[in-house]
Amino acid sequence: MELFEVFIRSRNGLHHKHVGSLHAPDHEVALENARDVYTRRNEGISIWVVRSKDILASNPSEQEALFEPARDKIYRHPTFYNLPDDVKNI
Amino acid sequence: MTKEERFQNRIDQDLKIEPKDWMPEAYRRTLVRQISQHAHSEVVGMLPEGNWLTRAPSLRRKVALLAKVQDEAGHGLYLYSATETLGTPRDETIDDLLAGRAKYSSIFNYPTTSWADIGAIGWLVDGAAILNQVSLTRTSYGPYARAMVRICKEESFHQRQGYEIMLTLCRGSAAQKAMAQDALNRWWWPALMMFGPHDTESTHTEQSMKWKIKRERNDDLRQRFVDMTVPQADYLGITIPDPHLRWNPDRHHYDFGEIDWEEFWKVVKGFGPCNRERLEARRKAHVEGAWIRDAAEAYARRQSEMKKAIA
Repeated sequence: MELFEVFIRSRNGLHHKHVGSLHAPDHEVALENARDVYTRRNEGISIWVVRSKDILASNPSEQEALFEPARDKIYRHPTFYNLPDDVKNI
Repeated sequence: MTKEERFQNRIDQDLKIEPKDWMPEAYRRTLVRQISQHAHSEVVGMLPEGNWLTRAPSLRRKVALLAKVQDEAGHGLYLYSATETLGTPRDETIDDLLAGRAKYSSIFNYPTTSWADIGAIGWLVDGAAILNQVSLTRTSYGPYARAMVRICKEESFHQRQGYEIMLTLCRGSAAQKAMAQDALNRWWWPALMMFGPHDTESTHTEQSMKWKIKRERNDDLRQRFVDMTVPQADYLGITIPDPHLRWNPDRHHYDFGEIDWEEFWKVVKGFGPCNRERLEARRKAHVEGAWIRDAAEAYARRQSEMKKAIA
């Protein structure tokens, strides 16, 4: 059996969100099992299943190299720009 | 700072540890032991209740019990998945259970001899489990904490359906009320044992508290359970089988008697009333279900070969 990750869209208009994993021989059975395990109480309206081995995850030890560069770029946020209070709707 | 210090630092700041993060081997081992025991408990926990599925007194009771047992299977799966994120293959974890190397909650080694036991289990056993599990939603290992959140959401119906059964029996005939009292008599002490040995006797408590795997002490959770449950028993009009039980206005808690620790250790070590029966039932189910797993694998293989042939 292979390991699958399960993603569920809980309501129309929302993203699919990771909810857990399960074992199955193939995608079809993984989808059926996901229905039984993760949506017994109307938790979703759409399911994705993905083979776990097909996911590439970033390495926690590279966190700094990956995410540090964004930290000092405060000019990417609206609050960086000074405007007088009198200016409305902006 | 050493790796260990950095790790402890994260724990102290209440940051979650995730599967790919570095962790001390002993932390990993402790988690694998605890989460897999928890998973086994969910799975073995289906057996005492399964005993009453075909004998439930009404369709309403039957669908509720079926849904509860199905939930327990799901809970076992969430927890096996969490164990798997620590690098222990699922087959290995399940083999440990089937070979009798792994432990599960001793409560499931007691028999369910009457319908009232289903009420008592939901009320007391699930009630005790919920207290423990709510506390574990704040455990330091991310996948375990997330599994606990899901499980807690689903479990509250388990306890309510149990109490409803007790309430119906207690409002029924004298014989029905006697059944409820008898179930309470037999399940009260084993339920208190679910919180484990006194913290002074528990080999794992201190380190597990430091790593925030465990968030509350056994004796604190047990006290909370007693305080919560006594008024519920009073409401039912049945008596908790403990002559030492009384409200202590100075402590603002109930005082209660000492657990029979000899019985506790006997059941933990495998000599409870149903230890053998439970494991045998698990082994039988595993062996008899093998053909389904094999067929599903064979079908998947054929399908993928056929897809390749077409392409």
